[in-house]
Amino acid sequence: MSDAEIVREFLIESYENLDRLDRDLITLEKEPGNPETLASIFRTIHTLKGTSGFLAFNQLEAVAHVGESLLARLRDGQLALTPEITTALLAMVDAVRQMLGNIEAAGNEGERNDQELIATLTSLLESKTETKAAFAPGTYASQSHPSPPSAPDMGARLVCEGGAKASERLEARAQPGERDGEEGEIRAEKGAGKPLDAAEAMASPPPARGQSASDSTIRVDVAQLDRLMNGMSELVLLRNQIVQYSNSTEDSELLGTSQRLNLLTTELQEGVMKTRMQPIGNIWSKFPRTVRDVAVGCGKQVRIEMEGKETELDKTIIEAIKDPLTHLVRNAVDHGIESPAARRGAGKNPEGRLFLRAFHEGGQVNIEITDDGAGLDLEKIRNKAMQKALVSADQAARMTEREITKLIFLPGFSTAEKVTNVSGRGVGMDVVRTNIEKIGGAVDVQSKPGQGTTVRMKIPLTLAIIPALIVASGGDRYAIPQVSLLELVRLEGEQARQGIERVHGAPVYRLRERLLPLVYLNRELKTDGKEQGSGSSPATASSSSETQNVNIVVLRADDRQFGLVVDEINDTEEIVVKPLSKQLKVINTYAGATIMGDGKVALILDVMGLAQRANVVSEVRDRALGEREEQQGPGARNGKQRNAVLLFQYDGNGRMAVDLPLVARLEEFPRHTIERAGGQEVVQYRGQIMPLVRVSEVLEGRRSDPADSGPESLHVVVYSDQGRSVGLVVDRILDIAEESLVIERHTGRKGILGSAVVQKRVTDILDVPGLIAAAGLSHQLARAAEA
Amino acid sequence: MAKTQQFCTFFLQDQFFGVLVEQVQEVIRYQQMTRVPLVPEVIRGLINLRGQIVMALDLRRRLGMEERPESELPMNVVVRTSDGPVSFLVDEIGDVLEASEEAWERPPETLQGQARELVGGVYKLEERLMLVLDTERAVASGEDAVRKLSRTMVQ
Repeated sequence: MSDAEIVREFLIESYENLDRLDRDLITLEKEPGNPETLASIFRTIHTLKGTSGFLAFNQLEAVAHVGESLLARLRDGQLALTPEITTALLAMVDAVRQMLGNIEAAGNEGERNDQELIATLTSLLESKTETKAAFAPGTYASQSHPSPPSAPDMGARLVCEGGAKASERLEARAQPGERDGEEGEIRAEKGAGKPLDAAEAMASPPPARGQSASDSTIRVDVAQLDRLMNGMSELVLLRNQIVQYSNSTEDSELLGTSQRLNLLTTELQEGVMKTRMQPIGNIWSKFPRTVRDVAVGCGKQVRIEMEGKETELDKTIIEAIKDPLTHLVRNAVDHGIESPAARRGAGKNPEGRLFLRAFHEGGQVNIEITDDGAGLDLEKIRNKAMQKALVSADQAARMTEREITKLIFLPGFSTAEKVTNVSGRGVGMDVVRTNIEKIGGAVDVQSKPGQGTTVRMKIPLTLAIIPALIVASGGDRYAIPQVSLLELVRLEGEQARQGIERVHGAPVYRLRERLLPLVYLNRELKTDGKEQGSGSSPATASSSSETQNVNIVVLRADDRQFGLVVDEINDTEEIVVKPLSKQLKVINTYAGATIMGDGKVALILDVMGLAQRANVVSEVRDRALGEREEQQGPGARNGKQRNAVLLFQYDGNGRMAVDLPLVARLEEFPRHTIERAGGQEVVQYRGQIMPLVRVSEVLEGRRSDPADSGPESLHVVVYSDQGRSVGLVVDRILDIAEESLVIERHTGRKGILGSAVVQKRVTDILDVPGLIAAAGLSHQLARAAEA
Repeated sequence: MAKTQQFCTFFLQDQFFGVLVEQVQEVIRYQQMTRVPLVPEVIRGLINLRGQIVMALDLRRRLGMEERPESELPMNVVVRTSDGPVSFLVDEIGDVLEASEEAWERPPETLQGQARELVGGVYKLEERLMLVLDTERAVASGEDAVRKLSRTMVQ
C-alpha cells in the first residue's frame, strides 16, 4: 500500500466513523451514560487519534486527544454529560471533519487554530463535576480486566509511541479473516508479545471497524457501478432489438434463445439496479445532528423519529433528494415546531416531534416529513402572497385552504418573518419542489392548524430505466415518461369529427364534462406537413387529416391537464434514458433520448417543457389564477362546488356517488380470496389485511349473500386514509362524473351525506367515514393508524 | 526538418478540408438519423453509435454552402469534443495526410462569412489547398445558434 492509499483508506474510514459519531453523540444526549454508546464513541475517537498520529497529522491528533480524554472521563463516570459537553464534542467532530476535508483536498490539515476548541475541551475536562453517573464505572469495557484508572492516559501514551503499532494495524486490516469474532483472538496473540498492545486492547476494545458490516460486503467504487449500469443499459437495448427481430422470424430456436436472453437480461438488470440502491437511512442518519443544531439554535426541543430507514433508492436519486430533504427537516424545526413555552401553552408536550417515514407504494417511494407543530398559518400565507403580489387580493380572498397551502411552493415565497441562520437563505420550498420534480417526483403539503404539517413526496425508484409510452407523430417516434401520463382517449369516426370543439380557435375536448385543452404534437414541434424523409417509419399514414381517428394522450404538467394529440399510440416500454448533448438541452422540449428496439433513436418528451411551450402552463401567477378558476369554476361563487365523483350501483339498483379523491383504487377480488377475521370479512391486499364493508348491508341492513355464494368476484372501491385501507364492496362501478354538485344534506341516515343531481339523476352521496363508523370499523382503523 | 501533423481529410462541395487525426474518433458510412424538431437546421439529427446517442451536424449547412443533393448520402466523421462525440456530415472521405508546418498559412483576410471563424488555417499542399477545420468552434457555434433560437422562442 502506498502512502496515498493509506491516507485514502484513512479518510474513507474516518468519514464513516464521524457520521456514526454524530449519531452516537445525539443518542448519548438522550440516554446519558449509556455505556455502549460511550464506549463506541470512545473507540471511534481513539482509532482516529491513533491513526492520525501515525500519519503525522499532528493537529488532528491533538484535537482528538483532548476529545478522547474528555470521553474517557465520561466513560469512567468521573464526569456527567451536560449539554455543554455535547456541544463541545460536536464542535470537535466538526473540526475533525474540516481537517479531513482539507487532507483530502490539499494533503494537509490546513492552517488552523484550534486552541480555543482545545481550551474549551480541556476546561470541561478539568471541571470536576463529580457525579454519580447513571451507571457504575467498571460495568462495561473493562469488565474482566482490572482496568487501571489511568487507562486513558495510558492509551494516550501508547498512541504517542504508536508509529509501528498503527502501521501494523493498518496492514492487519488488509488481512482477510481479521474481523468480528476472530478479531479478539488475533489481537490477543499479537498482544502476547507486546504488553503495551495488550493494554491498549484492554483500554479500548478493538476499533469498531467491522461493526455490523461483515465479511460478506465489499466496498466498490461508484464509478465502477456507473460503468456497470451503462453496460447494462446497452444490454437492455440489444435485448430489445434481438427480441424484436426474433419475433419477426419463424426460427423457433432463435425464438427460444431470445426469450431466455430476455428473462436473463431482466434479472440481471434488476440485480445491477440493486447494487446501486442505498437505504434512505444513509441520508437520514445526518438528520438527528441537523435537528439538534437547529433546535438548539432556536431554543426548541425536538425529538426525531424515523420509520422505514431501510427503504432503498437509486444512488443518484438519494443524492438528488438529499438537499431538499435536509431543507424540509430544517424548515420543520425552524418554522413548524413551536417554542417549548408556546407548546406548553397549547397543552402539548414541550418537546416537539419530527417524524420521518419512507415506504414503497406502487413502484415509487413515498417519503413523509411530519411535525407536530402549529401547522401552516393560512392567514399569514395569504397575506404574504398578496404582499409579494403573487396573487391579487381578490384571488386570495376566494382561495380554498388547499390552494393557499400550495402557495408556499411559489418562487419568492417565504413566511419566515426574519431571516434566521437556518432558513430564509433563498432555498425555499420552490427549490424543493423544482428539485423533486426534476427527478420525476412530486411533493405535496398537508397541514392541520395546531396539529402540525406533513410534507409528502413521491419519488421514482430509479432514473436510468423508466417506463414510457411510445407515440408517433409526423413519422417520428417519441417517448413520454409514464409518470406524466393520466389516460388515453381515442376518438373514432363521428366522435373524432365532432368531439373536438374550439374556444376562440383553441381546440378542446370535453373529458368527463370538463374542457381539456388539446395540443397537437406535430404543430408544437413544427413537423406538420414535413414527414421525415429518411425515417421510412411505418407510422406515417394518419397524420394528415383530422377527419380520421384522433388519439389523445392525457398528460399532467404541474397541476394542469392537457391532451396531446398524436398520430399513433404504441406500447409502453421500459426505456433507457440517455442524456442529450449540451447543445440540445437548451431546448427544454426534450428530456433525453433513447434507443428503440429497432436500433433507431427516439426523443423523450419533456412534458413540462412541452406544456410551457404550448402555453398550457405559463407564468406562475397565471397558474395560481388558473387553478382557482379550474377548481372553483364560475359556480363556486354561488356556493356550488365542482366535484369529481365515482358512481356505483348497490343493493340491486341503488345508485350512489362517492367523492373521487377519497378513492385510492378500484379492485376486483375473486370470491375465494375473501377471508374472515374476528367476524369481519377481510382480504389480503398489498401486504395488509384490508377489512371489507358491504355497502348494501350497512346502508340497507340487508344481509347480502354469504361469502360462499353469490357472484364470482367482488367489485371493491378501495378507500385509503393514513396508510390504512378499507374496501367498500359494491355491485358495479358505473362511471366517473365531474359536475358542480349541490348537495342536499339529509340527517338521520348513517353513511349518507345527502343527495345531489349527478348526470341528471338524483344520486345519494356516500359519507365514507360515516359508513365505516356505521359498520363498526372506525375504532379498528384508528387503532391501526396509530400502530 | 519542420514538424508535421496528420490530418483526416474530407470533401465538402469540392473543397478539401482536414481535421487533426487525434480529434477524430472514427469515420463511418451514412447512418439513419432521427430528426430533432425545433433545433437549427445545422443539427441534422441523432444517430445511434453503438448504443451511444450522437448529434450529427451538417457541415455544408454550417459553412453556409449549397445543400447536398438528396441522392448523395453524407458520411460521418465522428470527432471528440469536450461534450462527447459529435458527428460531422461530409460529402466524401479523403486520405489521412501528413502536412508540414511550413506549408501552413493563416486564412486570407478576404475569407468571410461563417467560414471565417471555423477555418483555423490553410495548408498549401502540392496539388491543392487543405482548409483546417476548428472542431470545437464548429460544434460550439451550433450550440450558440440553438441558444439564440430558444431565446427568441421564449420571447
